Formats: sequence, structure tokens, C-alpha cells
Amino acid sequence: MLAKPRLQDLLDALGQRGFRVLGPTVADGAVLWDEVRRLSDFPVGRREQQQPGRYRLEPGIDGEIFGVVNGPGSLKPAFFAPDEPLLEIERERKGFRVREVVPAPTRLAFVGVRACDLAALAIQDRIFLHDCFRDTHYAARREHALLIAVNCTRSAATCFCTSMGTGPEAKHGHDVALTELDDVFVATAASAAGETLLAALHLPPASDEIIRAAHERLDACARAMRRHLDTAELPRLLYEELENPRWDDVARRCLACGNCTMVCPTCFCHTVVDVTEIQGKVSQRVRRWDSCFSLEHAHTHGKNFRPHVRDRYRQWLTHKLASWIDQFGTSGCVGCGRCLTWCPVGIDLTEELGAIQADRRQRGRQ
Amino acid sequence: MTPYFLHGARIVTRRTEAEGIYTFVLQFTDPAVRQAYRFAPGQFNMIYSYGVGEVPISIVSDPAEPALVEHTIRTAGRGTSAVTRWKPGDILGVRGPYGRGWPMEAARGRDVIIITGGLGCAPVVGVINYIFRRRDEYGALHILHGVKTPSDLLYRERFDLWRRQPRTSVYLTADHPDKSWQYRTGVVTNLFDELTPNPAAIVMMCGPEIMMHYAIRTLRAKGISEDSIYLSMERHMKCAIGLCGHCQFGPRFVCKDGPVFNYTAVKPWFGVSGV
Repeated sequence: MLAKPRLQDLLDALGQRGFRVLGPTVADGAVLWDEVRRLSDFPVGRREQQQPGRYRLEPGIDGEIFGVVNGPGSLKPAFFAPDEPLLEIERERKGFRVREVVPAPTRLAFVGVRACDLAALAIQDRIFLHDCFRDTHYAARREHALLIAVNCTRSAATCFCTSMGTGPEAKHGHDVALTELDDVFVATAASAAGETLLAALHLPPASDEIIRAAHERLDACARAMRRHLDTAELPRLLYEELENPRWDDVARRCLACGNCTMVCPTCFCHTVVDVTEIQGKVSQRVRRWDSCFSLEHAHTHGKNFRPHVRDRYRQWLTHKLASWIDQFGTSGCVGCGRCLTWCPVGIDLTEELGAIQADRRQRGRQ
Repeated sequence: MTPYFLHGARIVTRRTEAEGIYTFVLQFTDPAVRQAYRFAPGQFNMIYSYGVGEVPISIVSDPAEPALVEHTIRTAGRGTSAVTRWKPGDILGVRGPYGRGWPMEAARGRDVIIITGGLGCAPVVGVINYIFRRRDEYGALHILHGVKTPSDLLYRERFDLWRRQPRTSVYLTADHPDKSWQYRTGVVTNLFDELTPNPAAIVMMCGPEIMMHYAIRTLRAKGISEDSIYLSMERHMKCAIGLCGHCQFGPRFVCKDGPVFNYTAVKPWFGVSGV
């Protein structure tokens, strides 16, 4: 059991161990990951309202530290950097010399990681660490990260983690899990590093009553989740619906801005460009996030394979919910709801898939 | 080391095949890299030119001689326009080889039908040369090639050379012939009037997807099974290691699951517009 003010001790302990401690902080009317030193750096006493195309911070419950479920930023940019040099290539009299740009070793600790984002991180690990090739830039930051999860005791209206089997309770990949009650946290270690960390704080054990209360809040959160996504028959269902008219319908609303792919905690598309300094002596191979919504994404010389917004939205959703399963043995969606909230026109993938499923049932009856 | 690391390779020779098409023989500058390097027909390298970027280019030389790596490049997009300036002695950056190549083992002892369309089609040139160097190991070789206009028929001499090889036939056709054209008129599938394929033959294709789509239909009608048909796909690629997401074709990554696919692996998406 961790009395709320003692969360400060946890932050201090992480700092003493050489971690840069990041947590949810308020910036630009939303919650973003940034450095946290004091409890007041967290969005204490705030909650947020999320709807497709809408995000507002509001007054919440006094003293509640993790009242805001999430913001546009996931853990993704901390490990898979939005823009980073991979190689530095120095021109020589004959040819050039190639040097790997090794990221500076960083020890990042995240306090307040939600179950959906832990699941997303496991998916990114699968892609960048455990596929055919190991991405050394991702690995350099990921290896030393410490993750303090916060189990969700409330969900946003855009959340559907229960459908994706990822939350509201942290299951894998974290070091410590916290469940916030009115005056205390229930703290559970989930790794050796987590155990060492908690042991150093000399915490009193939580009473059965407190533990029961924590479980009840998690159950209540799961029960209260209103948004659902039916994953039955995926991936096959979407493969068979490539010509469904709903793709044209959503394409009329979609701006192809790519916001959904930027806020998505699992989207991994990127490009690699050459950035040459002005004297032309040194060029960097720079990796940058890319989006399957951009017109360039499927462009080869002389042909664009996905010229229409319909093609690109279909690619995104079919990849996320269907082909991802074939590629990596897991769905690409964790149910965090960010793509709904941060879509400027409020496109809701649960609704889009639902419409395709309804259309299929309708055809099945005919 | 990052999988994006580039190794220096020197251009040993440059040969002009046709206007805008060049063949470069490359040799890794680092002897250790050179010695460790192996590839299979149909695989490709990422080739980097300083300050410009990387392009995926298939390897056309023979895997038995991996110390010298040959690439035929056509100048097309931004990445390849620099190619015209490359000359012997220049250093390029190379990483690879990547992808899955042609099924040379599965093809052993069988007739091989090669169907190509459009310009160049470097991915199959490697296969054709591979078979000629091991002629006894393969059955009859049929090369079917279609172009839009006669001026698109590059390396005419090469087709003549192939035609003279043992147990090899070459069939050419143009959609829009001119007076000089001495071969067939029409799409590549018309060539099957002249050729009755052995149902046990293996087929390797590359070219425009629409051409391959119709070719598959004709092959099926001629009794060739779907799993005897292989095709080389082309998609935008930035990484070649299955990470950048650009080359996805349905659930397949063209860079690591292909570029050569058995038709059955891509069938549900093949011919679907916008995939």
C-alpha cells in the first residue's frame, strides 16, 4: 500500500536510480508525457472528456492523480523516435565513410502507463526487436526503460480495451502496477526491478479490504465500458470485404490527414530520407514517421497503388485489425481510442467495422 | 549494428544496355563483407547513392560468383536518376541481399515458362542466365515477352541469343506493332496459341500486374496449377527489412515475404484495385 503523498518517494527513488522520470502532464489543453518531479506535475484533480473528434480537460475529483485516462501521446515516440538519424555518411575523396549514429543511452521511467499502452509496447517490441531484424535504435532506448503502470479505474468514452483484451488492468510488460483509490494506491511489483524498487520504499501491506476495493474499481471500470469492437471472424472478415461500399462512405468523410496513424501507439510506418548538410560533406540517413494516408506511401515510379482515400483508409483499417494478425500474431489495435478522439472529423473505427459487419449480416439473411 | 548499415561497394564496370538502362558490376570494398556475401536468384539489394537515397534493385548475376554483384538499373524515379552519372571506380552504399528469390529448387527437372512484360524486367534475367549455366538440370525453357510498342523491346540481341540456346524458345509480341515488327501482335497471353505448356511446368513472371493477372487466367485454362505459378512483385520500399510498412500487399511484405511469391500466397489480393 502506498499512501498518495508517498508517490513522491517513488519519483525520488527513480530519480536516485538515474532514471529520467516521465508522467502525464498538462500541456496545450491535453495530457502529454513529460518530465515529472513533483506530484503537482501530474494533472491532479482533473479528468478529461473524450468523444470522437473531441478532447477536453475538465475539473475532476480533488486529489485524484491519475484521473485523466490518456492524451494523444503514447509511449511510442519514446522508443520509436518520430525523427532520428540512423547513419552518418561522410564524403571522402573516393567514396564515403559510414558511421552508425548510436542513440545516447537513456534510462527512462514512465509513471502512469495504461494497460492499453503496455499492450501496444509489446506489439512494437514484436516488430522492432523480435521480427527478422533487431532495430538497434529502438533497442537502445527500450532496454533500460522502467514502466510503472496505473490500472484504469475509469475509462474514456472512446476506450474499448475490454474488446481487445488489453485492459483495464495491466497484465504484462510493466515493473510495478498502481491502482488508485481515494487516499492510497495499491502497489504491486511485476518484475524483479519493480520488487527492488518497492522494497526500497518499505511499504506497509495493503489490507484485504483495500485490495478488494481496488478489484471492485477495476471490475466496475470494465463493466462500464460502453464502446465495443467485435473481433470475431477477423482477419478473414475484412479480407472478404475489400469491396464493401462502406469504404466509399468513410472515404467521403476521411481527410486523409494521418492523425490516426500519428496518435496510434502501434503504427510503425516510416520513411528514410537523406539529409545533407549545406556544405555537402556529411549526409544523414534519417528515419521519420510516415503514414499510409499520405499519397506518397504506395507510390513507386510511374504508379501509385493507393491513389484514392478509400484505398488508404481501407489499407489502414485492414492492416490494423486484420493483416496485422497474419504478420505478427496479434491485432494492431489495443483499444486505446486515440484514433477516434484525435480524428478531426470523428471517424470511429468501431463504428466503421460495425457497419461492415452489419452489412454482412444483412447480406447473409438475404 | 543497425540493419540499415551500408557497406561500400566499388563500381567495377558499367555497361549500357539500352537508352537509360545500365548494368553495373559491383564489388564490396571490405574484403570481409565480400567474402561473407551470398545471394539467391531473385533477391535484391538496397543501393545507396550519396545524398540521394536508396533504391531496391534486383541482382542479375549468378549466385555461384558472389564476389561480383551485377545490377541492371533503369533510370526512372528520383532514386535512379543519379544512375546515369555513376562510373567505374565510384563507390556506392549497398546493403542486402533481401527477400525471397525464385524457386530454383522446385523448378529443377521441370519445364520453365518465363513470362515478362514491359521494359527490362531484370528479376527474370538472373533466372534465365542461371538456367543456361545449369542447362541439364532444367527442362524446356519458354520465354514469353510482351511489350507495348517495338521501341520498348530492349536488348533485342539478348532475345536472339537466348533463342539459340538448347531447348529454349522465345516468343515476342507487341500491343501496337510498327512495320518493322516481325513477331506477334497483341497481349502476351495470345502467345499461348503457339505454346502448349507441359502441365507440370513451373511458371515465373514479372511485369505489370494486369499482365500477370491475365497470364494467370490463361495458364490455369492450360492446366497449370496455381501453386506452380510464381511472380515477382514491385512496391514502394524504404527499409527492405519489413519495418517501414510501405511495401505491404495484403498481409505480405513484398520486401521480406517476397519479392517472389507463390501465386497462392497473394491470390486474394491479386487484381484488387487499391491494395
